[in-house]
Amino acid sequence: MQLTRTTRGVAITLAAGWLFCPTPSIAGVLPEDRADLMYHYYDGGGVEIDGPSLLVRKKFAEKYAVNASYYVDMVSSASIDVITTASPYKEERTQYGLGFEYLRGKVAYAANFSNSKENDYAADTARFSISQDMFGDLTTVQLAFSRGKDDVTSRGNPLLSEKVDRHIYGIDVSQIVSKKLILGAAWETTTEEGFLNNPYRQVRFLDDTDLVDGYDYEFERYPRTRTGNALSLRGRYYLSYRAALQGDYRWYNDSWGVGASTFEVAYTHPIGDRLIFDVHYRYYIQDAADFYSDLFPRENFQNFLGRDKELATMESQTLGFGVGYEFRVPGVEFIQKATVNLKYDLIRFNYDDFRDLRPTGTVYEPGFEPLYNFDANVIRLFFSGWF
Amino acid sequence: MIPSRTLFAALALVAFSGCSHVEPWVKSYERENLADPIMAWDRDPVASSYILHVYESREGARGAAGGAGGGCGCN
Repeated sequence: MQLTRTTRGVAITLAAGWLFCPTPSIAGVLPEDRADLMYHYYDGGGVEIDGPSLLVRKKFAEKYAVNASYYVDMVSSASIDVITTASPYKEERTQYGLGFEYLRGKVAYAANFSNSKENDYAADTARFSISQDMFGDLTTVQLAFSRGKDDVTSRGNPLLSEKVDRHIYGIDVSQIVSKKLILGAAWETTTEEGFLNNPYRQVRFLDDTDLVDGYDYEFERYPRTRTGNALSLRGRYYLSYRAALQGDYRWYNDSWGVGASTFEVAYTHPIGDRLIFDVHYRYYIQDAADFYSDLFPRENFQNFLGRDKELATMESQTLGFGVGYEFRVPGVEFIQKATVNLKYDLIRFNYDDFRDLRPTGTVYEPGFEPLYNFDANVIRLFFSGWF
Repeated sequence: MIPSRTLFAALALVAFSGCSHVEPWVKSYERENLADPIMAWDRDPVASSYILHVYESREGARGAAGGAGGGCGCN
C-alpha cells in the first residue's frame, strides 16, 4: 500500500540514480571494485521498515565497469494515515538494479536500469549519464537523464490501473578550488505526468451532519502533472589535522507550490588508519502545496485536494553519527580491505498544518486538534569489501 | 549592430579556446589531501542511497542531491 510514500516513484528513481552515479569517483577513473552489504532499519511514526541491501561493482580492463544491486524494504505500517482512515498492514518492496560504465579518456559514460516491485506499485527506471574531467582535471561535469515509468494499482480497487511517466534532467559540476577545498553545484529538473496521488489516501472536510467528529472524508485528487526544480551547492574542506568539514544547501520549488530549503553540515574525523567518525546535522523546511489542506471547508471544495503530510508546511531536523572500522579479513586474500560501519540518524518531523486526529471525541473541535510530529530512528549497518 | 548569433559564436570560440590553455592552479602532485578518502563527497554510496530514499519518501522536495563526480583529478 502507498499510504506512506506519495513520492515513491521519484524517491526510487533518485535513490537508484544516486546508487549508480559514479560517486565518489572522478570521470577519468572508474569506481573501485567493491561490494557493500547493508542492513537498514527505520522506525518512526508507527512505521517500521527494514531489510537488506547489496551493491557490487567490478571493473574490467580499466575501461569497463559493471554494477548490480539488490534492495528490500519490509514494511510494517501503522502510520497516522493508516490508523485514522485504514488498517495497519505489512508489505514488501524489492528492487533490482544493473549498470554499465565505459571510460574513454577523460569521459565516462554510464547506463543504469532498475526495477522496483511491490503488491500495488511497479517502477522501471533507466538512467544515462556522461561525465568529463576538464581544465587540468580541476573540474568534473556530469550530464544525466533519467526516464521512469510506473504502474499504479490498488488492492482495494481492481479496476484501478494507472501510469506515471517521469523525466529527470540533471547537471552536476564539481570544482577543485585549492589544495584543500572542493566546491560543487547541481541542478535537476523533474517532470512527471500521470496518476500522482495516492489511491488510498483521503482528505477530510467539515461535515455538520457527522455528529461524532464533525468532519468526513473523501479521496484526494492531485494534478496529473508536476514539474520541480532543485539547485544544490556544496563545499568540502580538508582540515590540516586530517579531518573534513562539509556544508550543503539545496533550494527546491515546483509547480504544485511546494518550496523547500535544506541545510546540512557534516564533519569527518579519522583516528589512526582504521577508525573514521562522522557527525552531521541537517535542517529541512518546506511550504505546503497549493491544494493542501488539513481540513477543507466542505466536500469537493476545489478541483485538487490533498492531505498528504509530505505536502504540508513542515520542517525536519536530523542529527546523525557514524563510525567505520577498517580491517583485513583473515584467510581471505582476495579482499584487500574491508570496513564495518554503523550509522545512526535521529530525525524529528514537525508539521505546522497537519493535525493529529488520534485523540478523537469531544475534546477537540475540528481543526483544533494538536499538530502532529514524530521522531524517526534510522540505522544502517554495513560491511564493505574492496577486492 | 552585431547579430546575437555571431556574438555568441565569438564568445564560445574565445571561451573554448581559452579552456584548452587553462593551467591547473592545483597540480596533480598537490592533491594529496583531496585524494584522501575522507574528502569524498560520498564515501559509502549504499548508505547514502538509503538515507536519500528516507528523505525523499517523507518530504516534498527532491532532486539535486549532488555528488556526481568527485572532481579530485588525482589520477
